[in-house]
Amino acid sequence: MNEAPIYDLRPLLAFLAPLVGLIGIALAGEKRANLRELFTFLAAITQASLVLSMLPLVLGGAVIEFQVWQIFTNVPLLFRVDGPGLLFACVASILWIATTLYSVGYMRGLHEHAQTRFYSFFALSLSATMGVAFSANLLTIYFFYEMLSVSTFPLVTHMQDKEARTGGRTYLGYLLFTSLCLLLPALSWCYVWLDGGEVAMDFLADTGKLEFFSQNTQMVLLVLFTFGFAKAGLMPLHSWLPGAMVAPTPVSALLHAVAVVKVGVFCVYRVYADLFGSEVLIRMDGQDWMMGLACATILISSLIALSQDNLKRRLAFSTIGQLGYVVLGATLATEQGMGGSVLHIAMHACGKITLFFCAGAIFVASGKKYVSQLRGLGRKMPITMGAFMIGSLSVIGLPPLGGFVSKWYLALGALDRDAMWVVFVLLVSSLLNVFYLLPVAVTAFFRNEDDTDDSGIKEAPWACVVPLALTAIGCFALFFLSGPLLRLAGITQ
Amino acid sequence: MENAIAWIFIFPLFGAVIVSLLGMSQKKICYPISVFSMIGSFVAGCVTIKQAIESPNHEVSYLLGGWTLDQYPRGVGIEFRGDLLGALICLVVLGVGLVVSFYSKIPVQEETPGKEPLFYSLFLLQITGLAGICLTGDAFNLYVLIEVAALTGYGLIAMGSNRAAAATFNYLILGTIGASLYLLGVGYLYIKTGTLNMIGINEVIVSNGLMDSASMQVAFILIGLGILIKMAFFPFHAWLPNSYCNAPTTTSSLLAPLVTKVMIYVMIRMVLTVFGVEFSFESTLWADVMPWLVVVAIVSAAVMALAQREVKRMLAYLIVAEVGYMVGGVWIYNYYGLIGSIFHIISDACMTLCLFLGTGIILRKCKTTHFDGLRGLFSKMPITMAGFFIGGFSIIGLPPTCGFFSKWYLITGGMVSHRWEYLIVLMFSTMVMVVLFFRLIERIHLAVSESGQNLGHGHGDLGLTEEQTKFEEGPLSMVIPLVAAAAVVLLIGIYNQDVVNQIEVFLEPFNLPKGTVD
Repeated sequence: MNEAPIYDLRPLLAFLAPLVGLIGIALAGEKRANLRELFTFLAAITQASLVLSMLPLVLGGAVIEFQVWQIFTNVPLLFRVDGPGLLFACVASILWIATTLYSVGYMRGLHEHAQTRFYSFFALSLSATMGVAFSANLLTIYFFYEMLSVSTFPLVTHMQDKEARTGGRTYLGYLLFTSLCLLLPALSWCYVWLDGGEVAMDFLADTGKLEFFSQNTQMVLLVLFTFGFAKAGLMPLHSWLPGAMVAPTPVSALLHAVAVVKVGVFCVYRVYADLFGSEVLIRMDGQDWMMGLACATILISSLIALSQDNLKRRLAFSTIGQLGYVVLGATLATEQGMGGSVLHIAMHACGKITLFFCAGAIFVASGKKYVSQLRGLGRKMPITMGAFMIGSLSVIGLPPLGGFVSKWYLALGALDRDAMWVVFVLLVSSLLNVFYLLPVAVTAFFRNEDDTDDSGIKEAPWACVVPLALTAIGCFALFFLSGPLLRLAGITQ
Repeated sequence: MENAIAWIFIFPLFGAVIVSLLGMSQKKICYPISVFSMIGSFVAGCVTIKQAIESPNHEVSYLLGGWTLDQYPRGVGIEFRGDLLGALICLVVLGVGLVVSFYSKIPVQEETPGKEPLFYSLFLLQITGLAGICLTGDAFNLYVLIEVAALTGYGLIAMGSNRAAAATFNYLILGTIGASLYLLGVGYLYIKTGTLNMIGINEVIVSNGLMDSASMQVAFILIGLGILIKMAFFPFHAWLPNSYCNAPTTTSSLLAPLVTKVMIYVMIRMVLTVFGVEFSFESTLWADVMPWLVVVAIVSAAVMALAQREVKRMLAYLIVAEVGYMVGGVWIYNYYGLIGSIFHIISDACMTLCLFLGTGIILRKCKTTHFDGLRGLFSKMPITMAGFFIGGFSIIGLPPTCGFFSKWYLITGGMVSHRWEYLIVLMFSTMVMVVLFFRLIERIHLAVSESGQNLGHGHGDLGLTEEQTKFEEGPLSMVIPLVAAAAVVLLIGIYNQDVVNQIEVFLEPFNLPKGTVD
């Protein structure tokens, strides 16, 4: 990446597309629902095509930049598109199209209220997600990170009842506490050091720049950053995620399996890979603790997931575990480990959104929320449960599904670091994944129903089923077409 | 416009006279005259700051009555000095005054019918006093102008509800004590230095070596205490909540953003220009004690704000906490801290304005600002609520509002001067602000009572009649100023670098320590 960055407007346009769509959505309003949904689709498709149009350039090794505004004398609000950022942006924007279709089916199927508000804030969240994906320095990423926290609050509290209040309080409490009390001091620390942040905050500038600090300070900064981005769901700051499951399922699917949580781990990845840099990380004394913490998160959350009967909560704990993989990859600080962690953002996104789509489709079709109620549902909703099976297998990490690729590289990264125990943790957790995900599909397909009230159940509306079938196919596609992804993640040239 | 700095005062001063004379017979004429005077004054303020930025020594000076300042020690005459700091804060005062004067049309008619001439003449005199405080170069004139602002303030507050009279009396007693202490301190200064001109006093302190003089110390403490009372620094804040809650809407919208902030300006002026950095921070105990008082002040004010169940009262205590921020930013004795303090004066004025303008509209529509009466306002008055919460987010310090940037500099200052206690308290109060504003959002947005009872039947039913949630914005003459204030909050955030650059130019000669990290 030695050549000069290309100056291009497209990152900004991809950020603005949902905001423009938002105006259309708000003006169309509740009375012209079809027009409103058309605007959402237009925004999503525009965003995805803008993001995809940058793919050839970035695959060719170029970096695209666009400076919006000078925040501080030395720190601009700067968009920069590089491999990992583009990969994340692709995943989020393409899955937004699928989620939009799914939302139409889900929200209309359940006759939800305030759909205009729902679509408006959804668009706002996606705009913020693009901002994070394309951020070139710490301050920019912080701006969009906060924007995402606030813009998802109305979605989490969508039901406007007591449960929503509890969920919303946990959600904002965790996210704003960490970002305002841990991140902000860490940012200002990097800012005042030496040069007004010009080098210290930029992701592309020489990594290893934090070597200037003493070992202890580096460790403090690492802790502040890792926990400051609480959207990454690292234990013990994970409880906001199960709490946020009170939101409608499309929100859980796109935001709490793809956009929001992935923004968290993506930020952590950025800090580890592009702020500290692998050389500094490997030499750092306490850095093993972070690795251990990620492993503990993976194992503990999988164990908790085993005991959850509420399907969405089980998936939420599974998400926490899978986020642990991404953080683990970043802490490994080897090329393959970090690449694996970027890949896992994409692979897990596709698998987990399928699972959430299925959970929502089951709820729309039958009103069922619990795993134990699913007996015999497989015969009545074969497509949904089939997709659930595929999604589960992908999350577990079996070939020929996407989840296998990223886990493979994570394991390779661990071997590069001579950390056999990490490989062992990966194996055990895959086994745990099997235990908590497969029984769902098995119950649905192979256990006979014990009551006959369910006779009227059939597949959910087509608008719900098509997206989940597509994302299930996507899980296969990610395996067979992983070549470009590997290049974006920086594993192959 | 060579003498723009004088025009700043001529407009509101003569406006006040005209309003009180002509307004007797023609009540309708008061509003346009006040708005016109404010526009004129604001334009003059803009010209002044432009002149200050462009002039080689970054200040504009105007000698009232043509007294010369050539002799030593500098000056007996009345000097108006607009350096970058003074001109900047003065512009904030005039801007807030302009917005509030637009806003005042309906609330003044409704809340104080028949008293328009009185109200507007006091309003304009208040602006004259506050702008004068920012621009005067003379320590005694500062006292006079503080009293002008205070006396008109008492009048404006007393026009409010039934309980306003008692609150005003409370304010009057404390305010007079504060001003008297200040005056006493100025007396000491005059005895020791033989001059009242701010720069003159500083020249004498430096050249005559008055650093260790006991009477100077006494003067410093008296002036400091007087200012602290005037700015409602905890525990001298008792006058503030009642006065602002019972005052008419226009009054609280004008006083809440300005009075305390202008007094912070006076403190910075005293510390930097009059006594000098060396005297203020190094030869008194004050500098060691203040950061800890700030800690107590911020925590107590934040906790008291948490206990309120009424928007106006909650905001009043927030102001007290914000005063703690700014005082802390000065006394951690650091370059970044002072940038933060000065920037926070500007941004806090704008965001408090936003909040109080919004509260005024809510109060008019709902007849109450108690948390229980606000449910469903997001669908009823979306624009007002958006404006209000932009102010709220700015108080929390979410980017890209101006509150984020002032907090950023304050945090940086605390960090590089290793004042961890200040840093922790800032974090604590930030979290309290998060709770305050998101609790408010909850109460408006959700169908849940405070004790956790579901009020509606689910699916977004708020348990209200259709009439209560129908779209019905406040009058345009109130909503437009609110939108303007919210826009300013965002614009100052976006263009923060332009403001900070001017503050940096102002602070350059003082050689404040920049501190280190690590």
